[in-house]
Amino acid sequence: MKELVILSGKGGTGKTSLTAAFAGLAPSLMLCDADVDAADLHLIMSPDIQETHDFVGGNEAVIKQELCTGCGTCKDVCRFDAVSESDAAFVVDALNCEGCGVCVDLCPENAIDFPQKTCGRWFVSITRFGPMVHARLGIAEENSGRLVTLVREQARKRAREQHIDLILTDGPPGIGCPVIASMGQASAVLIVAEPTVSGIHDMKRVGELAAHFKIPAMVCINKYDLNLDQTRSIEKIAKEKDIAMVGQIPFDPAFTQAMIQCQTLVENNETSRASRAVRDIWHAVMASPAMKIERLM
Amino acid sequence: MIISIASGKGGTGKTTVAANLAASLDQAVTVLDCDVEEPNLHLFLHPEIHTRENVVAPIPQVNMEKCTLCKRCMEICRFNAIAVAGKTVVTFPELCHSCGGCSAICPEGAVTEMERVLGIVETGTGPAPDMGFAQGLLDVGQVMVPPVIRKVKSHIDTRGITLIDAPPGTSCPVIAAMKDTDYVILVTEPTPFGLNDLKLAVETVRMMDIPHGLIINRAGMGDDAVYVYAKEQHLPVLLEIPFDREIAEAYSRGDLIISRSNDLKEKFQTLYQDICRMVDAQRCAP
Repeated sequence: MKELVILSGKGGTGKTSLTAAFAGLAPSLMLCDADVDAADLHLIMSPDIQETHDFVGGNEAVIKQELCTGCGTCKDVCRFDAVSESDAAFVVDALNCEGCGVCVDLCPENAIDFPQKTCGRWFVSITRFGPMVHARLGIAEENSGRLVTLVREQARKRAREQHIDLILTDGPPGIGCPVIASMGQASAVLIVAEPTVSGIHDMKRVGELAAHFKIPAMVCINKYDLNLDQTRSIEKIAKEKDIAMVGQIPFDPAFTQAMIQCQTLVENNETSRASRAVRDIWHAVMASPAMKIERLM
Repeated sequence: MIISIASGKGGTGKTTVAANLAASLDQAVTVLDCDVEEPNLHLFLHPEIHTRENVVAPIPQVNMEKCTLCKRCMEICRFNAIAVAGKTVVTFPELCHSCGGCSAICPEGAVTEMERVLGIVETGTGPAPDMGFAQGLLDVGQVMVPPVIRKVKSHIDTRGITLIDAPPGTSCPVIAAMKDTDYVILVTEPTPFGLNDLKLAVETVRMMDIPHGLIINRAGMGDDAVYVYAKEQHLPVLLEIPFDREIAEAYSRGDLIISRSNDLKEKFQTLYQDICRMVDAQRCAP
């Protein structure tokens, strides 16, 4: 089984639009939305949700006022400024609580509860291109990395059960915990870069991250004709860093048009320049050594 | 006056707004890049960097001569960052949240703490002499983002104006960036993805109870659903930046868009005055 993860470092370079377009080009695949924080893939995929599950992401300290003697140990041991004293009562600020449980264990009166928190939900759906596993992290919640890991594990498990040998994963922006969780054990990552000062800066960092975890990386450039000098810089960097360049997509309003009609780029207009470029990229990615699906004769 | 600039969706123009708003104000301002995973503000402001400081977090180290293998450290750790394995104790620094539980609970005093580097914070000035600048840079491969953001925020100018460029999303890094700020500018684009993520961002700022308004970037690019939503939700539209290839090209080179139009500079100044009126006139410098 192969898994391709679409990343970019910088947000808004076209990860989700590209993932959606690829989905329509693969004969059979499992879709996985690993951007659990601000998921958008469902807007194009219109998933028919078959299963909904709670994501229990951690615990939260709650002081039982009737047992609290006001000794202040919890406030002293908390490294996250989550305990405050107001009107002679100690309370935990849920937004700051890290869920480490140190106050729970060190309270001399056993006056602190540590209930589990439901931090979000995850879904298994059917789409017109195949099954999809996706999620929604609750607002202002932590543990997005754990939810990403869970979504990817489920996608893998269900792909195996259904004999699907390709998983396409739409990744989150950045290089932090959800991104690291989205690339572990992937067959390859495809970085969607844009020819801007920010796009180049961010693509380098996500490229370094892939190298750090030894995941083969490829890069494609979206809106390449916006700035040809910057496009050449990306090509040069890719060469230096040994990242395969798999194609370039022109600046094309077709991306937005397709999105507004809840369609993939290819469904919306099969012959647009952008559609043709995306098709070429898809073939180049699938022919790469990291993604080539070996079939036993 | 502390204004944070956030978005939900990435790539909607947070950094463009932060850089151009900072450069439009004819008064002293401090700008902080709190998108420590991918900081880009420096590419538009070209500050002169004066100081560099490591952001460190404590992680456990175990003195095996004192350790009795009682496993109390392993039991208190909710992050599986310390474990007794046979006759030794192993630690997993990348899983450690630096809560200090293991060293606090160890009855033998065998667990002490050492420092681990998470990233760096750089400070400087510029391009204007009265513009303060700070940015955080997470080390590649590290995951503990909020401590780096908190360190950047230690450079807030409590007497003057501070602008904070926040990371995308709605989870802990964004919360850390927006916390204790006076106003949040939410930057969006008029597309289905922009609107979907804007709704999440609005929920987040409402939960944090911070006054907020919208900037619609690339106005004219998509549909008008975002305007309908803004009206329904009584969200003020502070500014629209048109969808324009020339603006996109200027951005691609790292140019400020106000250098292309005086009109836009005045609009950013008006926007700041509007925010002052909305927050509290007294907090703004005259």
